[in-house]
Amino acid sequence: MALTYDDVIAKYEPVLGLEVHVELNTKSKMFCGCSTIFGGEPNTQTCPVCLALPGALPTVNEKAIESTIKIGLALNCSIAPFSRFARKNYFYPDMPKNFQISQYDEPICVNGYVDVEIDTDEGPKVFRIEVERVHMEEDTGKSLHVGGATGRIHGAEYSLLDYNRAGIPLVEIVTKIVPGTGKYAPEVAKAYVAELRDILRSLGVSDVKMEQGSLRCDANVSLRLIGAQTLGTRSETKNVNSLRSVERAIRGEMIRHAELLNKGERVVQETRHFQEDSGLTRSGRSKEQAEDYRYFPEPDLIPVAPDASWIETLRAGLPERPSIHRKRLQEAWAVPDKEMAAMINADVLNIVEATVNLGADPTKARSWWLGEISRIANDKDVAITDLTITPGDVAEIVALVNTGELTDKLARQVIEGVIAGQGKPAAVIAARGIKVVNDDGALMAAIEKVCAEQPDTAEKIRNGHLPAAGALIGAVMKETKGQADAARVRALLLSHLGQGE
Amino acid sequence: MSSLSRDDVANLARLARIEMSEAELVSLSSEFTVILDAVARVQEVAGADVEPTSHPLPLRNVFRPDVVVASLTSGEALSGAPAQEESRFRVPQILGEE
Amino acid sequence: MAAQIASGQTSSVELTQAHLDRIESVDTDVHAFLFVDSQGALAQAAAVDAKRAAGEKLSPLAGVPLALKDVMTQKGIPTTAGSKILEGWRPPYDSTVVVNLKKNDIVILGKTNMDEFAMGSSTENSAYGPTHNPWDLTRIPGGSGGGSSAALAAFEAPLAIGTDTGGSIRQPAAVTGTVGVKPTYGGVSRFGLIAFSSSLDQAGPCARTVLDAALLHEAIAGHDPKDSTSINAPVPQVVNAAKSGDVKGMKIGVVKELNGEGYQSGVRTRFDESLELLAAAGAEIIEVSAPNFEYALAAYYLIAPSECSSNLARFDAMRYGLRVGDVDGASAESVMNLTREVGFGREVKRRIILGTYALSSGYYDAYYGSAQKVRTLITQDFNKAFEKCDVMVSPTCPTTAFKIGEKSNDPIAMYLNDIATIPVNMAGIGGMSLPAGLAPEDGLPVGFQIMAPAMQDQRMYLVGAALEAALLTKWGAPLLSLAPVLAGK
Repeated sequence: MALTYDDVIAKYEPVLGLEVHVELNTKSKMFCGCSTIFGGEPNTQTCPVCLALPGALPTVNEKAIESTIKIGLALNCSIAPFSRFARKNYFYPDMPKNFQISQYDEPICVNGYVDVEIDTDEGPKVFRIEVERVHMEEDTGKSLHVGGATGRIHGAEYSLLDYNRAGIPLVEIVTKIVPGTGKYAPEVAKAYVAELRDILRSLGVSDVKMEQGSLRCDANVSLRLIGAQTLGTRSETKNVNSLRSVERAIRGEMIRHAELLNKGERVVQETRHFQEDSGLTRSGRSKEQAEDYRYFPEPDLIPVAPDASWIETLRAGLPERPSIHRKRLQEAWAVPDKEMAAMINADVLNIVEATVNLGADPTKARSWWLGEISRIANDKDVAITDLTITPGDVAEIVALVNTGELTDKLARQVIEGVIAGQGKPAAVIAARGIKVVNDDGALMAAIEKVCAEQPDTAEKIRNGHLPAAGALIGAVMKETKGQADAARVRALLLSHLGQGE
Repeated sequence: MSSLSRDDVANLARLARIEMSEAELVSLSSEFTVILDAVARVQEVAGADVEPTSHPLPLRNVFRPDVVVASLTSGEALSGAPAQEESRFRVPQILGEE
Repeated sequence: MAAQIASGQTSSVELTQAHLDRIESVDTDVHAFLFVDSQGALAQAAAVDAKRAAGEKLSPLAGVPLALKDVMTQKGIPTTAGSKILEGWRPPYDSTVVVNLKKNDIVILGKTNMDEFAMGSSTENSAYGPTHNPWDLTRIPGGSGGGSSAALAAFEAPLAIGTDTGGSIRQPAAVTGTVGVKPTYGGVSRFGLIAFSSSLDQAGPCARTVLDAALLHEAIAGHDPKDSTSINAPVPQVVNAAKSGDVKGMKIGVVKELNGEGYQSGVRTRFDESLELLAAAGAEIIEVSAPNFEYALAAYYLIAPSECSSNLARFDAMRYGLRVGDVDGASAESVMNLTREVGFGREVKRRIILGTYALSSGYYDAYYGSAQKVRTLITQDFNKAFEKCDVMVSPTCPTTAFKIGEKSNDPIAMYLNDIATIPVNMAGIGGMSLPAGLAPEDGLPVGFQIMAPAMQDQRMYLVGAALEAALLTKWGAPLLSLAPVLAGK
């Protein structure tokens, strides 16, 4: 019988460990000058260095160092006065040198933290996630597995390798172990990754798009009996490609571990792959025998000893922390906590802010983005940011509603048109002939026509049965192709039928 | 006493991706005993208070500006490839998990 | 030769052709070359002649031909590093050394033979057969750069490039009666130098005279942004030093631990005699001590294999080089394993395994870690000694050229050839070997080693030039004039 999550947390407490890899948005690769532009023809962005031809030597990208220091500072880390690159030795065809240049016992940033706020039963609670280290390394090439059933590695006949992505700069952020989250472990993990993403985005050092792989999360989970001191065996879950997946993966692993432990079985220390569709993990490489990477300092590169004044300049240039930024917006817009959380959860805060910056009222901006536009995104099963509509478009539409040139109902039509690719708001309005019918004369003509067509309903209203007005108003709206202002129609109709004020 | 058994050598050969014959494994194992004794001498003098050198030069902070430099063409990149297909390096099936 | 070309007495094409003819004549016996680029060389030569005819200002060595150790990449030309695993590989790029040679209009005749991946002291580890010492074709020419030095000694080329990790330029120079220099680490770019041991490897000039080596040194040295370990400072004034040769007042330190105890007697004889000549030229000979030198060999044989085990991992049959065993059902892993087994020679495999072991978890501190500490101690020894003297000297190696096959089954005996040269690489300072004469007992060349502090390469050339001049006076003619005439074809 499958356990429920409540069963699990009644007996066990989880311990987390999160490793996040960030692709930096530098123009050139970590150790050579090849372009980092995505989507090029295979093997057109390679050179002797990133192909690992005999005789090639790496050279360190200065911008990558700068970005990594900024990340460390934003995560409250100490910047190591002396750090080195190291070789991590193992064989794999997507890694041309058969070692990865990374950092081992001398990483560039250490001992930081990130605070995240979660809604708990006892109200909002802050969890501090300690960051063990932030270090630099390089990404691998990409392989296509040919001949197997699913394009995956199992059963493939052969593989094709493209090294355009080999050598892209990566920053790895590793947390210390995170105990004490109890039943909120999945939410805490998700909030941590979201906060990291927002911080990295505000620093401008990466695109941080989980779906595109510029932000990758590996989640480590172990369970122990509540109150126990020793740690349980952990499993590592990879292929977690969205914030929602982070939450689901951890929840799923907690249940899986508990089921094993309840049966008296061992949790195997291994790498697992998250399955988007089922929310479960599949066994991957066994990590029972830790691979011996034979780390040693990279002899082709020189140690990094960042100048203290350089670090201070970078520190002074850091942008406002996302959490402070959010508090400031919340105050400025007078948004209740629940609505704030809704915006953050739906990931529309930046978009709403951009819309407000273009002159829209915060409440209106929020209600359009969280309401109609979110609904359309959900229907199309895409992210809001993938829709064709921009903050500028929404600000323009809000302005038009304010001046009465659009009603809310008409605004919805314009939004739908913009998203459908019919152009900017002005173009959609012109093309569809959308305009509010303000002319009382035209409205009266429609009202009289409708009353003539529905004399019984009109009679009911004359006799004081006001709810019946709805049907007539609807008819007038139809008559005017929805371009009448419904409130005005109601006023005119009631007045016409002797029920006006 | 430093020595490597035939099995030790076999493990190292596996790590180093070299398919050694039985004869090689055995003979290397016996050679290593001699070599390892000779090189173990370094421990005699390498005290805890000595700093290791990994660079002969006292350089620091050697960086390259973040500027794109012309890459090889895919033809040049693939010029030495034992096998290729559609501008990619073709390699036999990979057994290890990604 | 450069002067001859410059003055128009001869042309680069004529000079190049003459050398190609010589190679054609004697290289079947010497086997210094793995690849001769006749077409390319003559084209380069013709281009230089044309430039000169057009009145362009050219570098001092313009038009002079050179032999390149096959460990340096040259675009479009087969580069093997003496290994089967790179048989037929043509690099798509030039090493910085080659870029500099071309910039100086030096004509590259071809690629010379070497111990596989620079691992060895005799060139017997080449996958393509050994090179033979022109002084005695049954003997080794030294290693790993035996091809370059033999080419010089056989007059197949007047200049050559070698690389030195533990003595691979200096020891071949010693046993072939030629000049070989390992610059200060970082003095010459390693970009395009197929890596053996990254923190020890260094390319350097080889020639028949100290001045020629100096001219070549200035042509190839200099900062390279593509090599993070290259020195960002002006090239030392080695040509001026080589032309001066004035050692009056210089202090020359004889290393007590390398003063020849246990060395072949003729080696000691020639060494002592060289010291007397330098004293007569005005230098002061003092004794210095370097107590940690006795650990240098052991540390080297941990550091170099460790670094090479990692550097050679890239030879995996996936992107270039040999591929073996790619049959139906074979995996990438099995193809890698088989290719590396077949493609690497015995010495290379030995060192890869040793290096893999020395870096393993549990053994790192005892082996690799300790060896890096010994390096610090050796550097400290040099620093202390250089407070008392301007250069340090020793015989370059313990013996003259031994017979081909004599030591190839005894790795330890082979490693001992490098005992005097290795400390220089460990500390990253500069070292030169020049001919000190012939050993009386076998009539074979002996080398004299000069060591200078880091970034003071010019001191080696100063002392080397002084000794060379004194010896020339003593002999009446260059040493190589005593070499047997190669019958050839």
